[in-house]
Amino acid sequence: MKVGVLALQGAFKLHAEALERLGVEALEVRSVEDFNSSEALIIPGGESTTMSFLLESSGIFESLQERSIAGMPILGTCAGMILLSSKIADGRSDQKPLNLIDIEVRRNGYGRQINSFESDLFIEGFESSFRGVFIRAPLVEDVSEKVEVIAELNGRPVMCRQDSTIVTSFHPELADDDRIHAEFLEMASNS
Amino acid sequence: MEELNHDTGTRLVKRGLAEMLKGGVIMDVVDAEQAKIAEDAGATAVMALERVPADIRRDGGVARMSDPEMIEDIKKSVTVPVMAKARIGHFAEAQVLQSIGVDYIDESEVLTPADEAHHIDKWKFEAPFVCGATNLGEALRRISEGACLIRSKGEAGTGNIVEAVRHLRSIFGDIGRISQADSAELFDWAKRLQAPLPLVQEVSETGELPVPLFCAGGIATPADASLVMQLGAQAVFVGSGIFKSEDPAPRARAIVEATTNYLDPSILAKVSRKLGEPMTGIEMDSIETRLAERGW
Repeated sequence: MKVGVLALQGAFKLHAEALERLGVEALEVRSVEDFNSSEALIIPGGESTTMSFLLESSGIFESLQERSIAGMPILGTCAGMILLSSKIADGRSDQKPLNLIDIEVRRNGYGRQINSFESDLFIEGFESSFRGVFIRAPLVEDVSEKVEVIAELNGRPVMCRQDSTIVTSFHPELADDDRIHAEFLEMASNS
Repeated sequence: MEELNHDTGTRLVKRGLAEMLKGGVIMDVVDAEQAKIAEDAGATAVMALERVPADIRRDGGVARMSDPEMIEDIKKSVTVPVMAKARIGHFAEAQVLQSIGVDYIDESEVLTPADEAHHIDKWKFEAPFVCGATNLGEALRRISEGACLIRSKGEAGTGNIVEAVRHLRSIFGDIGRISQADSAELFDWAKRLQAPLPLVQEVSETGELPVPLFCAGGIATPADASLVMQLGAQAVFVGSGIFKSEDPAPRARAIVEATTNYLDPSILAKVSRKLGEPMTGIEMDSIETRLAERGW
C-alpha cells in the first residue's frame, strides 16, 4: 500500500519515517498527481493557515474532498485535525475546512507555545498509555453523534474517528511510539 | 485521578514547534499591518521587530529588543506563532519576551550583542530559542546552551544570498565529513569545532544536526528560497527581502509557494513572474558591519 503524506508544509518527514518503520511506502504529496497515486493520506501538523492556502493553490483541496467522501482513509494530526473538521473557531475568516469529520475545533485552544505540553493519554484499545505531545494544539469544542471519541484529556476529546477519518489534536509523530500509525494502517488495509 | 505526567517546556515540546515550522516561511514584520499581509500570504510564523535588518544596517546605533506593546499588537493581529529577538547574551530581554508569551525567542546577531563572552543559558527558559550559526561548531555550541532550532546566519539586510550559501555548505560539509569519521577522529573534531564531544558523536551517528536547521540572511526571491532548501535548509526566514521589495504581498506568496515546491522549476518559473523589483541588495565588499561575525 502506498500512503501519501501531505508535504505542503509541516512535520511530514516524521510521519513518513513512522510509516517506513512500519514497512509501508510513504509518498510525499505536493501535487494532485502525487495525491492520486496515494491510497491513504496523512495530513501532518504545521500551520493550518499556510496549508489551507497551499491546498487550494495546488488543486489538492477538491480532489481530497471527493476521494475522502468516497472512503479514502485519512489521518489528520493537529493542523490536520483543523483542516478536516467541520467548523473552525479562531481561524482566519477565509479558512475553508474540508468538513470530513463532524467536529468543531478552536485553533490554539490549548494556548500559545508557552502552554504547549506533554501528557499521558489513555487510548481505547491500547494496553498502556500513549505520550501525547500538544503543540499550540486545537481544542475540540463539539462533536456530533456521528463521531466516535477514542481518547479524552480532562473531559475533552483529543482523538476522534468518523468512518475512515481519524484525527488527533496531539502529535503521534513526535512521540517515538508508532501505535497510532499502526492502527491507522490496519484500518486503511481493511477498507 | 490517574497520574498523567503533565509537563510543559520539555525538550520535545520546544523542539516540536520547530518541526511544525518546517517547509515554511517565517517573515520579519514591523507592525500589525505587515503581520496580516505575511499571514495572508501563508507565512508559518512572523518575527516581530522594530526595524528590518536593512534599516538597522542603514540607521546604525544600538539595536535592541522591540517594544513589548508592539509585539503584543502583532500577537493580537495574527493566529500564527510570533517570534521576537533578544540581544546575544541579554537574558533579561529574553525573560521579558517569555513573560509576554512570545512563541519563539531569537537570540540574534541582528541586534547589538549585550555580552561579549556569553550567550544566554537557554535551558533556563520554557520558551524555545532559535540561534544563528555560520558553521557546525557554532551551531553545536548554541545547541549545548539549549537552542532548539538553528538558522544559518547569512548576512541579514543585504538581499545577497552568498553568505547563507557559504554557511549552509560549511555546516552540511562538516556534517558529511563527521559522518565518515571513525570514533577516534571524533575527539579531534570536537576539539577543532570547539563543540561538546557527545553532540559531535551524535552528529556522526545520525548524519544530521540534533535540531532542525533553517536558513536566514539574504533571501530575496523565490529562487533564493529554492536554492537554500535544495542545499538542505528545512525552512526559511525572510527578513528585509519581503517588505523592502516593491510589492510585498505577491512576493511573500511566491516565496511561500517556492519553499514548498522547491524541487519543481516549472512552479518556480510560474510564481517568479511579475513580482516587481526585489530589494536592491548589497555586495559583501561594500558593507562595513558584518552581522554574522557577532556571536561566537
